[in-house]
Amino acid sequence: MKKVGGRLTLLALVVVVSAIFFIPSYQPFYQALPGWLKKVMPSKGITLGLDLQGGIHLVMEVDEDRAVEIAVDRSVVSLQDLLVEKRIPVESVTRTGPTQVTIQFQNAELKAQIQKMIDGYTIFSESESAGSANRLVWELREKEIKRIKDSAINQALETIRNRIDQFGVAEPMVQRQGLKQIVVQLPGVKDPKRARDLIKATALLEFKMLDEDNQLKLDLPARIPKDKEAEILKQTEGKLPEGDQILFLRGVDKDGGREYLVPNLVKKRVMLTGDVLTDARVSIGQFNDPYVSIEFDAKGGQEFERITGDNVKKRMAIVLDNTIYSAPVIQDRITGGRAQITGTFSMQEANDLAIVLRAGALPAPLKIIQDLTVGPSLGKDSIEKGVLATLFAGAMVAVFMIVYYRMSGVIADFALVLNLFCLIGALSALNATLTLPGIAGIVLTIGMGVDSNVLIFERIREELRLGKAVRLAVDGGYEKALLTIVDSHVTTLITGVALFLFGTGPIKGFAVTLCLGIGINLFTALIGTKVIFDLLNQRHKVGQLSI
Amino acid sequence: MLEILGKTNIDFMGKRRWAFLFSGIMVVLGIVAVVQIARGSANLGIDFAGGTAVQLKFDQAIRIDEARKALEANGLGNAELQEFGQENKLLIRLKASTTIEEKIAERVVAVFTKEFPANHFVVDSSTEIGPTIGQKLQQDALIAILVSFAGIIFYVAARFELRFGIAAALATFHDVLAVLGAFYLLDKEITLLVVTALLTLAGYSMTDTVVVFDRIRENLRLRRREGEETIINNAINQVLSRTIVTSLTVVLVLIPLTLAGGEVLHDFSLALLWGVIFGTYSSIFVASPLLLLWPGASVRLLQRS
Repeated sequence: MKKVGGRLTLLALVVVVSAIFFIPSYQPFYQALPGWLKKVMPSKGITLGLDLQGGIHLVMEVDEDRAVEIAVDRSVVSLQDLLVEKRIPVESVTRTGPTQVTIQFQNAELKAQIQKMIDGYTIFSESESAGSANRLVWELREKEIKRIKDSAINQALETIRNRIDQFGVAEPMVQRQGLKQIVVQLPGVKDPKRARDLIKATALLEFKMLDEDNQLKLDLPARIPKDKEAEILKQTEGKLPEGDQILFLRGVDKDGGREYLVPNLVKKRVMLTGDVLTDARVSIGQFNDPYVSIEFDAKGGQEFERITGDNVKKRMAIVLDNTIYSAPVIQDRITGGRAQITGTFSMQEANDLAIVLRAGALPAPLKIIQDLTVGPSLGKDSIEKGVLATLFAGAMVAVFMIVYYRMSGVIADFALVLNLFCLIGALSALNATLTLPGIAGIVLTIGMGVDSNVLIFERIREELRLGKAVRLAVDGGYEKALLTIVDSHVTTLITGVALFLFGTGPIKGFAVTLCLGIGINLFTALIGTKVIFDLLNQRHKVGQLSI
Repeated sequence: MLEILGKTNIDFMGKRRWAFLFSGIMVVLGIVAVVQIARGSANLGIDFAGGTAVQLKFDQAIRIDEARKALEANGLGNAELQEFGQENKLLIRLKASTTIEEKIAERVVAVFTKEFPANHFVVDSSTEIGPTIGQKLQQDALIAILVSFAGIIFYVAARFELRFGIAAALATFHDVLAVLGAFYLLDKEITLLVVTALLTLAGYSMTDTVVVFDRIRENLRLRRREGEETIINNAINQVLSRTIVTSLTVVLVLIPLTLAGGEVLHDFSLALLWGVIFGTYSSIFVASPLLLLWPGASVRLLQRS
């Protein structure tokens, strides 16, 4: 018979280490520990999955093609400005395809001049086949398209991170997944709709001029109810003056609180965008109405001053994500690089607006392709039920083992407890995320865990039936069951690993508990219970085994 | 010594025709389910099919027909409703065709706020899954199934003989198909969790088969003189009580999980529960007789008789 001392020490060590790792998972106890102890102990334990603590899990896709279009649109605007600056009279500069810019001009002699000017824009290459005497066509280079797409997702990641930081969530997760997906996890969020809106807002701030000369000709209604935008757009289709668009101003009825929209004819040309903002914060107006005051950088401030100076007594629309927030009349040239966004919003809306303006715009709209929201009450329910099921299951198995195997059953139950202990310790040590299926995995481990002992005990019984002495029967039983146990564990382990590799979220949690549980079970069944049998044999020279 | 079964001497192999008949029916049912899933006409969960699921918890009991009427009146007539009795919970599912941009979840919440002003509720959970994600999950699930099956066959074939590997794999397939078929027959939703349960039960069923095969192999080595049929029968009788006890312990934990684990885990545990029962049956009645169908084995048997 082998010495038991070493193995007993090993068991004790495993139990102690498991306990140390588990302690941070139980915060009340961990917090009560003295400071010096906390410093040397692991600080993080098991994290609860979203399904257990509530929160949202979003998977979003950046609309890359739109990002490219937006980039081309910007080039169009800067080309227009450049042409005006150099006094080159052209008919039009337009984006004619997702990655294509076309310049039309009447005087064919201008061609060489324009070509020379655009040579500076190395991101474009001229497509000669599509051009003519009065037309120049440029295509965005492949390399540039790739660069824009790539930076779009990185920029979106960064922007979302900024917004979430300011929103204030404990332990948020923002991650890139695959080529163009972004995963956001916000555990414990109380108002999921608000968080979702905040993340999803493109937050593209634009200053555009109202086209007041043509406003009346279209005979636009003064006020329409919400959700009727499509009708107005359909009615005016084809009737819009060149370079104009219809945008809606959002308003709220003073009495009823009902939302309404005011259609406005706006020039498509963007005077200034939110890129030039350095700060945005909420202020309270004289009627206790919140507004957002914004601050421009030096260049933006100058631009704003020039634009307002050129357009005194005209109306400027402050547009965020294609909705007009306000369209004030410019009273005078605005200096000092500051402006205000007023509108009908609540304090919270103003707050969120300031956050998205500070964090910056997304390079392109985001599409939510997966949205899992779990309320906190369901999470609590699930934990309670999970714990109840686990205790119940554990008790049933423990009682069964004792009834069926007597004293040996007690030893198997000891292994069971040891198993659970180590499993929770290992989960804590890995800072694993415990999900509801993960709890099911733990429960399953209880059931499968005792199976090793059943196999061993049945073998021992067989040996005893053959008339072997207790000590020999025990040794023989363990030896002969060993291969079967290893074989049976490996098959389950294979499915566990496959689930871990290809599963997502909660399924991964299940796979982790299952794999760990099986591994630990091998240890507790082969070493944990054997050492007890050996100990009993050593001390008492057992003549009869209660099995 | 307490024993569920004493020393048994049952002729399991003799009953293989009945077993094959029963198993054949279950397998056909399972294959029908697989075909229906592939055709998209099975009851696939929204995690695979894409769509929206909202679970609401009301203060007072809500009548399912009234809820349906309210949804219909607001253009959400294609919703599937399911209630969880005592807790006043209602699960509303809208499949596919709906895209996430329409904000279905918000619409559902708005309908109940408007139509049932007196009955306050909280949103327990809401899930919206776009079709692309659903397809990706289907793909991942399929890969996970293939990888784990390949892994298991390879391992068992390496540890035993090829015929053991194939017999064990077929028996495991049988179990998975049988549970899938049962789910299909009862029109239960096939969700990601159910697929996870199917994979887990595949692993467990294999475990059980390994226990039986181990003894068959051991006995084949010791007593080559008896017919294979007798050897296999004896081996099964020898390990019968332990396969039953090991399955019983797992059944013992799955029963509380099914009954008290909450609605999320219910179908998952149920699939596992059936799987364990089928797994135990198939180790004895499917995997073992399959060994006899192997060309070499049957010739040897014929020569002896």
